[in-house]
Amino acid sequence: MIVGLDIGSRSIELVGMKNRVVVRAERVPTTFDPLSQCGKLLEGLRPDILVGTGYGRNLIERLALNCECTVITEIKAHALGAGHLFPEAATVLDIGGQDTKAIALSNGKAVKFEMNDRCAAGTGKFLEYTAGVFQIPIEEFGQYALKGENPPEISSICTVFAETEATSLMARGEQPESIALGLHKAIIKRTVNMLNRVGLRLPLVFSGGVANNPCVRSLLASAIDARENEGLLIPDSPDMVGALGAALHRANS
Amino acid sequence: MTDSAHREMWEKLDLDLEAHNALLEVLGKFYGDIYMSQQNRLQGAEYLDFVLSEIHGLRIKELREAQAEGRKVVGTFCVFVPEEITLAADAVHVGLCAGAEAGTELAEQLVPRNTCALIKSFIGFKMAKLCPYTESCDMIVGETTCDGKKKAYEAFNEIAPTYIMEVPQTKTGAARALWKSEVLRYLAEIEKLTGRTITPEKLKQGIRTVNAKRQALQRLTALRAANPAPISGRDALLVNQISFYDDPARFTAKINELCDELEKRIEAKDGIAPAKTPRLLLSGCPMAVPNWKLPYVVESAGAVIVGEESCIGTRNTRDLVDESGETMDEMIDALVDRYLRIDCACFTPNSERLDNVAELAKATHADGVIHYSLLFCQPYSHEALKVDKTLAAEGIPMLSIETDYSMEDVEQLKTRVEAFVETLA
Repeated sequence: MIVGLDIGSRSIELVGMKNRVVVRAERVPTTFDPLSQCGKLLEGLRPDILVGTGYGRNLIERLALNCECTVITEIKAHALGAGHLFPEAATVLDIGGQDTKAIALSNGKAVKFEMNDRCAAGTGKFLEYTAGVFQIPIEEFGQYALKGENPPEISSICTVFAETEATSLMARGEQPESIALGLHKAIIKRTVNMLNRVGLRLPLVFSGGVANNPCVRSLLASAIDARENEGLLIPDSPDMVGALGAALHRANS
Repeated sequence: MTDSAHREMWEKLDLDLEAHNALLEVLGKFYGDIYMSQQNRLQGAEYLDFVLSEIHGLRIKELREAQAEGRKVVGTFCVFVPEEITLAADAVHVGLCAGAEAGTELAEQLVPRNTCALIKSFIGFKMAKLCPYTESCDMIVGETTCDGKKKAYEAFNEIAPTYIMEVPQTKTGAARALWKSEVLRYLAEIEKLTGRTITPEKLKQGIRTVNAKRQALQRLTALRAANPAPISGRDALLVNQISFYDDPARFTAKINELCDELEKRIEAKDGIAPAKTPRLLLSGCPMAVPNWKLPYVVESAGAVIVGEESCIGTRNTRDLVDESGETMDEMIDALVDRYLRIDCACFTPNSERLDNVAELAKATHADGVIHYSLLFCQPYSHEALKVDKTLAAEGIPMLSIETDYSMEDVEQLKTRVEAFVETLA
């Protein structure tokens, strides 16, 4: 079995493949002890090859597994995973726990990419943090924001300042749903900028945990003049794309 | 590097001994991790290791011995200060410490927070009493290249008197006339400082010495076009860094020896990395000693650096001074012309740099270019966009990196650089 392991800042995903077919797909939170979490995912598995990716990719060396271990970056992993699920993909957007990546593809290969640098502004962490301000579980935050109307402009995508801005908008009596929508719009604005910098071409595959958020999906679709399944392609399990790509890296060769 | 033999000297220079020892310790460890860990390194690297290990020791001792003989020490921050003139007055020309995070909090009392790391570094080194070079100088020369430096020297002048050369921002006839008057003003200032008259013979000798140094570095640049790459980018960067503070004649001889060794290596098809290793050119801001962060990240990502298009690289070594001049006037004109060919991003327009980057990428057989801008460096950040366009038209991939001296973004840098290298494979 070839195993892809995507060790992200918020969650760790495992995809196991045999003969290019996915036979296992699992996910656990990263927690403060990612190494044991990886151990849990791998329990009972005997991979022939393990491919690590994501922020914590180099941790796989410390798993002390009796198999060939190799690493690739999350850029390459998402490019491979997205290209496998949607061979027509021209651009990939991955919004994960602490970074956002825009990747231009050519013949299924990453040719140009952009990612945020040292600040996690506008990523999954931003949504998680601001959802907390509304006391809404992150899984429901997108649905909640979709109820908003005439969203106020949120000028900051800095997580800390955006919270301050949201709080003062609440104090002014703005509808919380609308403020939530405004926060989502702030992310989209920044994301589209990044997509344009790599020369956005459709169809765009949207991967990463944030692709589960219906408000981000819908705002993104209108911002890039597309519709879901028409120009904007979203995998069934967007958070597994990195791990899938990692497994494919060796399954293809 | 924490040799107590130099303690007395550092005390006399009024360094903060405790902080200075801590700095040398960090530097030593950093050097060990980045340099001594390399496999199949050149024999000539012994010279580099030695000079670096004595960067604040023996070399400072030499400067003090020169001063005891009545020679002066001139400290600079920029490749625009004509070393030929300094040497013609028997003075010593050194680059000042600006490549490490030091005294940042102190520096931020004199310059705004959003100032580039290089500027904060030289101010921090002075304020924290950490740079024996700055403390050994009889004269410090600043220059009006970017706005950040220009204004920083005003503040720096309050703690360390700084002579300022006005570097023009265009290359028109009027700009050349201004630059010539600045070169002549510098010459007069150096004569005043040293009490010596710069004769045509002395100036000619100065020009020859610096040309020979640049020729040795040009030779190194040319040899790096070989595949497999005969020397690591880290070592080549170190050579360029050392060129700013070691004795020029000794440096030239040692680098020529190192190039002889490289020629043998190339003949034997021996390299620092296998022939199929992706080759990258670094382009952009200078990397002052000990700023090895990005080169280390790049070469740990499975690539090899084959050139540095920067002031601590080809921007400083590409052009020689025409040696045919005999009279003072002819030689000054030759100097003025040579220095105005520098393609610093402070010029507008600066289109020759775009051609030079593309040319160097081709000459070194680079598979891609990494453009490096220091955070808050407007001139190079602007040009990153132009360089990207130029290289795209040539079909050469480019990755743009903006960073500073801190280590907080190393993991993100690794991801970017590794991903860039993956796209080249």
